[in-house]
Amino acid sequence: MNTIRIQPDDFDIATEIAALRQAYQEAGAIVTFTGIVRGDDGVTAMALEHYPGMTEREIVRHMEAAEARWPISGATVIHRIGTLRPGDNIVLVATASQHRHAAFEAAQFLMDYLKTRAPFWKEEIRGGKASWVEAKEADHAAANRWP
Amino acid sequence: MTLLYFAWVRQKLGTGEEHLELPPGVSTVRELAEHLRDRGGVFADAFSNVKALRAAINQSHVSWDAPVRSSDEVAFFPPVTGG
Repeated sequence: MNTIRIQPDDFDIATEIAALRQAYQEAGAIVTFTGIVRGDDGVTAMALEHYPGMTEREIVRHMEAAEARWPISGATVIHRIGTLRPGDNIVLVATASQHRHAAFEAAQFLMDYLKTRAPFWKEEIRGGKASWVEAKEADHAAANRWP
Repeated sequence: MTLLYFAWVRQKLGTGEEHLELPPGVSTVRELAEHLRDRGGVFADAFSNVKALRAAINQSHVSWDAPVRSSDEVAFFPPVTGG
């Protein structure tokens, strides 16, 4: 029962952890990663768009890859779209497993692939002027460490 | 086929979607991008450097040599920046 949601609305981390605990009562470990909008260099807002359909397919594909690789019970990925402001949540990755190593590594794996494969694009707004964020080589290096 | 454009590609072209018949002589996604570039104007601008672009066919990432068919949904977009 993996959960994937692409939504403009905020999410509540405690609610998502509680749902994983309820679904996977055998889990001994839940790891969560929350991505937050930074207010770098005068960024006043961020606009996120995605490719509906392909986004979900890519995330499912990588959840299945994570399940094949680590003994995880399940995972939750929530990614926000639309206009966000510094301090807002952008993304949640949560993984549940019997043991912590699998939960930590699977969460990192999912996050690295969200950054480099899931079709989302960010536009930063500074004082009314918008510019598209460029992909970072460091993100690709992070994803490439999972052979 | 259905063509989809995202992020700055969509902005430069002023549209996110169009439908067209598979152009004669086009059999790969690279040839399709070159065909679009050869329309000139904003298309020449958006497709001048395919190294700055990525492509997907039927919602899966593909390389530039991937074959395209008339029934495909083909998307062009910059490298992704989510997360």
